[in-house]
Amino acid sequence: MNTTEKTDVLVVGSGFGGAITAYHLAAGGARVTVLERGPWLETEELQHDFLLGSSYTRAFDFTVGDGMSVLGGNCVGGGSMVYFAALPRAPRFVFERRGSIGRRMWPSAITREALDPWYDRVAEAMGVRTQDWSDVSYAGGLWGAACDHSGRTANPVPVAIDKDACVNCNWMMAGCRFEAKKSLVFNYLPAAVSHGARIRPLHEVQRLERTDDGGYRVHYDVIDEDDYRITTDSGVIEAKIVVLAAGAGATPVILKRSESDLGTMPHAVGRYFSGNGERLNTAVVNEDRVRDVLGLSRDEERAYEAFQIGKGPCVANWDRLDGSLPEYSRYSLEQLYFPPALGTILAQAPGAPTPSWFGADKKEMLKRWKSWLIVFTMSEDDNEGVFGPPPPTGNAVRLSQQMLGRGPLTYRPTMNTLKGWSQSDSEVKEILEKDGIARVAPWTNDLVGAYTVHPLASCRIGDDPHTSALDDRHELRGHPGIFVTDGSSVPGALTVNPAMTIAALAERAAPGIVDAARARGVDVTYGAPAPDGATSGRGNVLKLAGQKS
Amino acid sequence: MPRGTPDAGSTETRTLEAFADTILPGAKRTQEDTAVAGRAHDAGAVEAGALDLLRTSATGVASGLAEFTELLNEHAGRYADQHGIPLEGGLPPFVRLPFEDRTALVTALTSPGHPEKEFWVMLALFCNMAYDSAAHISTPAAIAAGHPGLRAMGFAAPDPDGLLRFKEYSYGRPLARLHPDTTSSGSPA
Repeated sequence: MNTTEKTDVLVVGSGFGGAITAYHLAAGGARVTVLERGPWLETEELQHDFLLGSSYTRAFDFTVGDGMSVLGGNCVGGGSMVYFAALPRAPRFVFERRGSIGRRMWPSAITREALDPWYDRVAEAMGVRTQDWSDVSYAGGLWGAACDHSGRTANPVPVAIDKDACVNCNWMMAGCRFEAKKSLVFNYLPAAVSHGARIRPLHEVQRLERTDDGGYRVHYDVIDEDDYRITTDSGVIEAKIVVLAAGAGATPVILKRSESDLGTMPHAVGRYFSGNGERLNTAVVNEDRVRDVLGLSRDEERAYEAFQIGKGPCVANWDRLDGSLPEYSRYSLEQLYFPPALGTILAQAPGAPTPSWFGADKKEMLKRWKSWLIVFTMSEDDNEGVFGPPPPTGNAVRLSQQMLGRGPLTYRPTMNTLKGWSQSDSEVKEILEKDGIARVAPWTNDLVGAYTVHPLASCRIGDDPHTSALDDRHELRGHPGIFVTDGSSVPGALTVNPAMTIAALAERAAPGIVDAARARGVDVTYGAPAPDGATSGRGNVLKLAGQKS
Repeated sequence: MPRGTPDAGSTETRTLEAFADTILPGAKRTQEDTAVAGRAHDAGAVEAGALDLLRTSATGVASGLAEFTELLNEHAGRYADQHGIPLEGGLPPFVRLPFEDRTALVTALTSPGHPEKEFWVMLALFCNMAYDSAAHISTPAAIAAGHPGLRAMGFAAPDPDGLLRFKEYSYGRPLARLHPDTTSSGSPA
């Protein structure tokens, strides 16, 4: 007797790409199962604690590659649990980028104007709002004031944070204990569950194979809840449609591991990876100069000393987001908080002899930690990343019980990428060292390569089959019924935080996946309201969805 | 004795302490302290608990510490030979090296292209973490106990429920002109 479990749609991963598609498919009537390799953390489990094994190390992965390391969510809610909820839309010029292929790399169907209705849907669903200066943390205010002092503009970034509930604890990377940060566990995922979707945490998908009826058999391992190096069980589910949304560091690995069963993958699977052109600089500010030059003070005694206070990035400089500038010279400079450990080891002591990431000077720098300011560059890289052969399981050989692993990604930055980083380093230095406000140094790339918190493009959409793994409906070329909707589908670096664009693309992909499911006999329709029942974002996209199908 | 068990005075302990002290140096704990070079006047990675963290199984390095120790001392012996540094006496070779030479050796081991770089970077990472995040102790407890790293950095203490809250967080006034092309959604155009 065949007892293999079956579902209509199997979704791999529960971050933006998985949660959004799972919601629309479940709300439309499909049987949906979501396999998430990380744990399901309840609000009460979210701790303010660096102890290994706390929610901080359970919720995300740090995967070291050759030349690039990737930080990504590893829990139900994916990146939305560990992100900083900054949700700007990508600037218009990004969609016209040519990148390493010398011609427009986005599908011709997608421009900023075309994506705006889908951005609107996400904004409604996630509760994205603009911030004003009274919402901005001291660190964001300092960055804004420094930009202004050097003749530049600065913008509070749009976020999905309930300002009344937020306590500015800066523990967002461990999940938000105060439910102030709008994660997917408060909107799309519970709405999907209410429509019958099943979410299984600690289920790590390993590979796919095709069934005789044109569907897919999905093989997974069950992961130990404390020690992710241990597999406790394994199993199989059959589905008519598979939505891969395991993240740009994992989706191509699953596909490459499946190649022996599914047949040859498109050339772009596991290629063209982008780290969103990310780069970090740490400044140690001179408190007296902050008061005297910028006129800032918290109280009688303190001008700043507030690195720890806030809610991730609050203020960004967008002066270089100018479409008339040459490609690879456009970037945003965003004030950012990174917690100790992940946010300190790579910081170099400004002005110290090399190596300046460890030793006596670094220790003195740590003792000035309250006076730090981190500035985050998001630039245009060259999609240099390539994935090598998959590890035995998952997307990495896990080194530690949680968090730390060694993955198969290789990244060799081209001169284009290096030039953008160098230019942004110089600009951050120019802004913050003006009139002695601070001393600045970039993070070292010598230890774990470059460092991204926004992995993209490793299985991307496009019009050209040679340089894109997916068509513009996010279906894997040559493998009908497999869709990819996570950050790996984004064609290249966005110069801003990418969550909003990943989410908008997943919203845009949903009607096409519904159509594909219907063609395979699934009784499902498209047209659900926002997860909370709001409908103002739906009108414009229903028309678009109708045109598409 | 099982590998990774604390053993004050052992080759493993002294060697790893000397490595941790090279990453974030501290003051000598006693006049006879040989592992800590004494290049700081306050606590460094060793006093912050680097050995406790390295010996925590969750790190994934605990079971390999004996091999790390052996390897590091082999490297130190070769380094001493090459640089004409005498290594007489009973101390492990890495501990015998002056602070500047420990630093030079760690620099070489963690530099791009070194075949063992990944391991030494991991070891350095955990030594750093012992100081700047006390990852071997629950954070509220570490702060309450006056953990030297978190205290030196000025990491704020949580409320009695173990959760951190900041009531004051903003300068509360406009501090820059907005980009002229900002859209109504607050995004770049």
